[in-house]
Amino acid sequence: MDAVVLWSLGVVALACAVAVFVCDSMARATFALLGSLVCVGGVVLVLGLPYLGVVIVLMMVMEMVVMAVFMIAYMMNPAGLMPMSMLHNQRGALALSAAVFASLTAAVFLVPWPHRRGSPPRDTTFQVGKALMGEQMLTMIVLGFVLLATMVAATVLALRRGRYDRLGDGLDRRPARDPAGGGVGR
Amino acid sequence: MTFESVFVLAAGLFSVGLFGALSQQSIVMIMMGIELMIGGIVVAAADFWHFLAPAAADGQVVIVAAVVAMAVEMAMGFAVTTALYRARQVDTTDMAQELKG
Repeated sequence: MDAVVLWSLGVVALACAVAVFVCDSMARATFALLGSLVCVGGVVLVLGLPYLGVVIVLMMVMEMVVMAVFMIAYMMNPAGLMPMSMLHNQRGALALSAAVFASLTAAVFLVPWPHRRGSPPRDTTFQVGKALMGEQMLTMIVLGFVLLATMVAATVLALRRGRYDRLGDGLDRRPARDPAGGGVGR
Repeated sequence: MTFESVFVLAAGLFSVGLFGALSQQSIVMIMMGIELMIGGIVVAAADFWHFLAPAAADGQVVIVAAVVAMAVEMAMGFAVTTALYRARQVDTTDMAQELKG
Protein backbone atom coordinates (compact mmCIF):
# COMPACT_ATOMS: atom_id res chain seq x y z
CA MET A 1 0.00 0.00 0.00
CA ASP A 2 2.75 2.42 1.01
CA ALA A 3 4.68 1.52 -2.11
CA VAL A 4 1.72 2.30 -4.37
CA VAL A 5 1.17 5.68 -2.68
CA LEU A 6 4.90 6.49 -2.87
CA TRP A 7 5.13 5.56 -6.54
CA SER A 8 2.10 7.63 -7.50
CA LEU A 9 3.27 10.62 -5.42
CA GLY A 10 6.70 10.38 -7.03
CA VAL A 11 5.33 10.23 -10.56
CA VAL A 12 2.99 13.17 -9.95
CA ALA A 13 5.81 15.16 -8.33
CA LEU A 14 8.09 14.67 -11.33
CA ALA A 15 5.32 15.35 -13.87
CA CYS A 16 4.36 18.59 -12.10
CA ALA A 17 8.04 19.60 -11.88
CA VAL A 18 8.40 19.23 -15.65
CA ALA A 19 5.11 21.08 -16.19
CA VAL A 20 6.50 24.09 -14.31
CA PHE A 21 8.91 24.79 -17.16
CA VAL A 22 6.63 23.65 -19.98
CA CYS A 23 3.47 25.66 -19.27
CA ASP A 24 3.07 29.00 -20.98
CA SER A 25 0.79 30.35 -18.32
CA MET A 26 2.61 31.61 -15.25
CA ALA A 27 -0.42 30.84 -13.08
CA ARG A 28 -0.37 27.24 -14.29
CA ALA A 29 3.39 27.02 -13.70
CA THR A 30 2.92 28.25 -10.13
CA PHE A 31 0.23 25.68 -9.39
CA ALA A 32 2.28 22.93 -11.03
CA LEU A 33 5.10 23.83 -8.66
CA LEU A 34 2.62 23.75 -5.80
CA GLY A 35 1.49 20.28 -6.90
CA SER A 36 5.07 19.05 -7.10
CA LEU A 37 6.03 20.37 -3.66
CA VAL A 38 2.82 19.08 -2.05
CA CYS A 39 3.75 15.65 -3.41
CA VAL A 40 7.20 16.11 -1.83
CA GLY A 41 5.41 16.74 1.48
CA GLY A 42 3.33 13.61 0.85
CA VAL A 43 6.46 11.53 0.23
CA VAL A 44 7.97 12.79 3.49
CA LEU A 45 4.70 11.91 5.26
CA VAL A 46 4.56 8.40 3.82
CA LEU A 47 8.22 7.83 4.74
CA GLY A 48 7.18 8.13 8.39
CA LEU A 49 7.61 11.82 9.20
CA PRO A 50 4.03 13.10 9.61
CA TYR A 51 4.93 16.38 11.34
CA LEU A 52 7.48 17.52 8.77
CA GLY A 53 5.27 16.35 5.90
CA VAL A 54 2.32 18.42 7.08
CA VAL A 55 4.57 21.43 7.76
CA ILE A 56 5.92 21.21 4.20
CA VAL A 57 2.42 20.98 2.68
CA LEU A 58 1.08 23.95 4.68
CA MET A 59 4.15 26.06 4.00
CA MET A 60 4.13 25.34 0.28
CA VAL A 61 0.45 26.27 -0.06
CA MET A 62 1.09 29.68 1.52
CA GLU A 63 4.34 30.18 -0.37
CA MET A 64 2.81 29.45 -3.76
CA VAL A 65 -0.10 31.81 -3.13
CA VAL A 66 2.45 34.57 -2.41
CA MET A 67 4.41 33.46 -5.48
CA ALA A 68 1.29 33.73 -7.66
CA VAL A 69 0.80 37.35 -6.58
CA PHE A 70 4.41 38.18 -7.47
CA MET A 71 4.13 36.30 -10.76
CA ILE A 72 1.20 38.41 -11.86
CA ALA A 73 2.96 41.55 -10.64
CA TYR A 74 6.31 41.02 -12.36
CA MET A 75 5.89 38.69 -15.31
CA MET A 76 5.26 40.16 -18.71
CA ASN A 77 3.06 37.23 -19.75
CA PRO A 78 1.17 36.16 -16.62
CA ALA A 79 -1.77 34.41 -18.23
CA GLY A 80 0.12 32.74 -21.07
CA LEU A 81 -2.18 34.26 -23.67
CA MET A 82 0.81 35.05 -25.86
CA PRO A 83 3.12 32.01 -26.03
CA MET A 84 6.73 33.12 -25.90
CA SER A 85 10.08 31.59 -25.07
CA MET A 86 11.78 32.98 -22.00
CA LEU A 87 14.83 30.74 -22.11
CA HIS A 88 18.53 31.23 -22.63
CA ASN A 89 21.27 28.66 -23.18
CA GLN A 90 18.70 25.89 -23.28
CA ARG A 91 21.02 23.27 -24.70
CA GLY A 92 23.77 23.86 -22.14
CA ALA A 93 21.30 23.79 -19.27
CA LEU A 94 19.73 20.59 -20.58
CA ALA A 95 23.11 18.89 -20.97
CA LEU A 96 24.27 19.95 -17.52
CA SER A 97 21.10 18.85 -15.73
CA ALA A 98 21.04 15.54 -17.60
CA ALA A 99 24.65 14.94 -16.56
CA VAL A 100 23.81 15.76 -12.93
CA PHE A 101 20.83 13.39 -13.01
CA ALA A 102 22.87 10.61 -14.60
CA SER A 103 25.73 10.94 -12.10
CA LEU A 104 23.40 11.08 -9.08
CA THR A 105 21.50 8.01 -10.30
CA ALA A 106 24.73 6.16 -11.01
CA ALA A 107 26.03 7.09 -7.56
CA VAL A 108 22.99 5.72 -5.76
CA PHE A 109 23.27 2.37 -7.52
CA LEU A 110 27.06 2.06 -7.34
CA VAL A 111 27.82 3.27 -3.81
CA PRO A 112 27.75 0.46 -1.23
CA TRP A 113 25.27 2.04 1.19
CA PRO A 114 25.36 0.88 4.82
CA HIS A 115 22.57 -1.30 6.15
CA ARG A 116 19.73 0.26 8.05
CA ARG A 117 20.84 0.94 11.60
CA GLY A 118 18.30 1.12 14.41
CA SER A 119 14.57 1.45 14.03
CA PRO A 120 12.31 4.51 13.88
CA PRO A 121 11.16 5.82 17.25
CA ARG A 122 7.50 5.59 18.17
CA ASP A 123 7.03 9.36 17.97
CA THR A 124 9.15 10.96 15.22
CA THR A 125 7.93 14.45 16.11
CA PHE A 126 9.33 13.97 19.61
CA GLN A 127 12.61 12.83 18.05
CA VAL A 128 13.09 15.96 15.96
CA GLY A 129 11.92 18.26 18.75
CA LYS A 130 14.30 16.72 21.24
CA ALA A 131 17.17 16.94 18.77
CA LEU A 132 16.50 20.60 17.95
CA MET A 133 16.29 21.49 21.64
CA GLY A 134 19.23 19.27 22.58
CA GLU A 135 22.28 18.22 20.60
CA GLN A 136 21.23 20.20 17.50
CA MET A 137 20.56 23.39 19.48
CA LEU A 138 23.30 25.26 17.60
CA THR A 139 21.54 24.48 14.28
CA MET A 140 18.29 25.85 15.69
CA ILE A 141 20.00 29.04 16.95
CA VAL A 142 21.67 29.62 13.57
CA LEU A 143 18.38 29.06 11.73
CA GLY A 144 16.69 31.56 14.04
CA PHE A 145 19.32 34.23 13.37
CA VAL A 146 19.16 33.53 9.63
CA LEU A 147 15.39 34.04 9.64
CA LEU A 148 15.71 37.27 11.65
CA ALA A 149 18.38 38.59 9.28
CA THR A 150 16.15 37.66 6.33
CA MET A 151 13.23 39.61 7.75
CA VAL A 152 15.36 42.72 8.30
CA ALA A 153 17.19 42.49 4.96
CA ALA A 154 14.06 41.80 2.91
CA THR A 155 12.30 44.79 4.49
CA VAL A 156 15.30 47.06 3.86
CA LEU A 157 15.57 45.93 0.22
CA ALA A 158 11.86 46.30 -0.49
CA LEU A 159 11.50 49.77 1.04
CA ARG A 160 11.11 52.60 -1.42
CA ARG A 161 12.91 55.16 0.76
CA GLY A 162 15.64 54.46 3.25
CA ARG A 163 17.02 56.58 6.07
CA TYR A 164 19.51 58.36 3.76
CA ASP A 165 16.57 59.56 1.65
CA ARG A 166 14.90 60.91 4.75
CA LEU A 167 17.81 62.33 6.75
CA GLY A 168 20.41 63.17 4.05
CA ASP A 169 23.85 61.70 3.44
CA GLY A 170 25.12 62.75 6.86
CA LEU A 171 21.95 61.56 8.55
CA ASP A 172 21.67 65.06 10.06
CA ARG A 173 18.71 66.61 8.28
CA ARG A 174 16.05 67.67 10.80
CA PRO A 175 13.18 67.43 10.30
CA ALA A 176 13.38 64.47 7.96
CA ARG A 177 12.26 65.02 4.39
CA ASP A 178 9.08 63.01 4.03
CA PRO A 179 6.63 63.09 1.15
CA ALA A 180 3.80 63.91 3.49
CA GLY A 181 3.92 65.87 6.70
CA GLY A 182 2.82 64.31 9.89
CA GLY A 183 3.61 63.80 13.50
CA VAL A 184 3.59 66.28 16.32
CA GLY A 185 4.12 69.93 15.32
CA ARG A 186 4.47 69.37 11.57
CA MET B 1 9.52 1.29 -2.97
CA THR B 2 13.14 1.09 -2.04
CA PHE B 3 15.88 3.45 -1.03
CA GLU B 4 17.13 3.68 -4.60
CA SER B 5 13.84 4.58 -6.25
CA VAL B 6 13.08 7.38 -3.76
CA PHE B 7 16.59 8.70 -4.33
CA VAL B 8 16.01 8.66 -8.10
CA LEU B 9 12.90 10.78 -7.48
CA ALA B 10 15.04 13.22 -5.46
CA ALA B 11 17.66 13.32 -8.22
CA GLY B 12 14.93 13.93 -10.82
CA LEU B 13 13.44 16.85 -8.90
CA PHE B 14 16.91 18.32 -8.34
CA SER B 15 17.85 18.02 -12.03
CA VAL B 16 14.57 19.48 -13.32
CA GLY B 17 15.03 22.39 -10.90
CA LEU B 18 18.63 22.82 -12.03
CA PHE B 19 17.52 22.97 -15.66
CA GLY B 20 14.96 25.65 -14.79
CA ALA B 21 17.37 27.70 -12.71
CA LEU B 22 19.96 27.65 -15.50
CA SER B 23 17.72 28.18 -18.52
CA GLN B 24 14.98 30.58 -17.42
CA GLN B 25 15.34 34.30 -17.98
CA SER B 26 12.69 35.51 -15.60
CA ILE B 27 13.97 35.97 -12.05
CA VAL B 28 10.76 34.54 -10.58
CA MET B 29 11.06 31.40 -12.70
CA ILE B 30 14.68 30.95 -11.56
CA MET B 31 13.41 31.01 -7.98
CA MET B 32 10.89 28.31 -8.87
CA GLY B 33 13.76 26.16 -10.16
CA ILE B 34 15.69 26.65 -6.92
CA GLU B 35 12.57 25.68 -4.94
CA LEU B 36 12.40 22.42 -6.90
CA MET B 37 16.09 21.73 -6.21
CA ILE B 38 15.55 22.18 -2.47
CA GLY B 39 12.46 19.95 -2.75
CA GLY B 40 14.74 17.23 -4.12
CA ILE B 41 17.06 17.69 -1.14
CA VAL B 42 14.09 17.29 1.24
CA VAL B 43 13.12 14.01 -0.44
CA ALA B 44 16.71 12.75 -0.29
CA ALA B 45 17.00 13.61 3.42
CA ALA B 46 13.73 11.84 4.23
CA ASP B 47 14.97 8.88 2.18
CA PHE B 48 18.26 8.67 4.10
CA TRP B 49 16.45 9.00 7.42
CA HIS B 50 13.88 6.31 6.67
CA PHE B 51 16.05 3.71 4.96
CA LEU B 52 19.50 4.17 6.53
CA ALA B 53 19.44 5.80 9.96
CA PRO B 54 15.95 6.15 11.47
CA ALA B 55 17.27 6.01 15.02
CA ALA B 56 19.19 9.29 14.62
CA ALA B 57 17.36 12.61 14.27
CA ASP B 58 19.93 14.12 11.89
CA GLY B 59 17.92 13.38 8.73
CA GLN B 60 14.95 15.25 10.16
CA VAL B 61 17.15 18.20 11.13
CA VAL B 62 18.41 18.39 7.53
CA ILE B 63 14.77 18.61 6.38
CA VAL B 64 14.10 21.45 8.83
CA ALA B 65 17.17 23.31 7.56
CA ALA B 66 16.11 22.78 3.92
CA VAL B 67 12.60 24.08 4.60
CA VAL B 68 14.09 27.18 6.26
CA ALA B 69 16.34 27.63 3.24
CA MET B 70 13.25 27.54 1.00
CA ALA B 71 11.56 30.28 3.02
CA VAL B 72 14.68 32.45 3.12
CA GLU B 73 15.24 32.04 -0.62
CA MET B 74 11.67 33.10 -1.41
CA ALA B 75 11.76 36.14 0.87
CA MET B 76 15.16 37.40 -0.29
CA GLY B 77 14.45 36.60 -3.93
CA PHE B 78 11.28 38.66 -3.96
CA ALA B 79 12.97 41.50 -2.06
CA VAL B 80 15.80 41.61 -4.61
CA THR B 81 13.31 41.42 -7.50
CA THR B 82 11.36 44.31 -6.02
CA ALA B 83 14.48 46.42 -5.47
CA LEU B 84 15.79 45.66 -8.97
CA TYR B 85 12.47 46.39 -10.65
CA ARG B 86 12.07 49.60 -8.72
CA ALA B 87 15.56 50.80 -9.60
CA ARG B 88 15.52 50.05 -13.35
CA GLN B 89 12.34 48.25 -14.43
CA VAL B 90 14.24 45.00 -14.97
CA ASP B 91 12.60 41.60 -14.51
CA THR B 92 14.85 39.25 -16.47
CA THR B 93 18.41 38.22 -15.78
CA ASP B 94 19.63 39.15 -19.25
CA MET B 95 18.72 42.77 -18.60
CA ALA B 96 20.64 42.94 -15.33
CA GLN B 97 24.22 42.56 -16.51
CA GLU B 98 25.89 45.61 -14.97
CA LEU B 99 28.23 43.46 -12.91
CA LYS B 100 29.17 41.11 -15.76
CA GLY B 101 32.97 41.01 -15.98
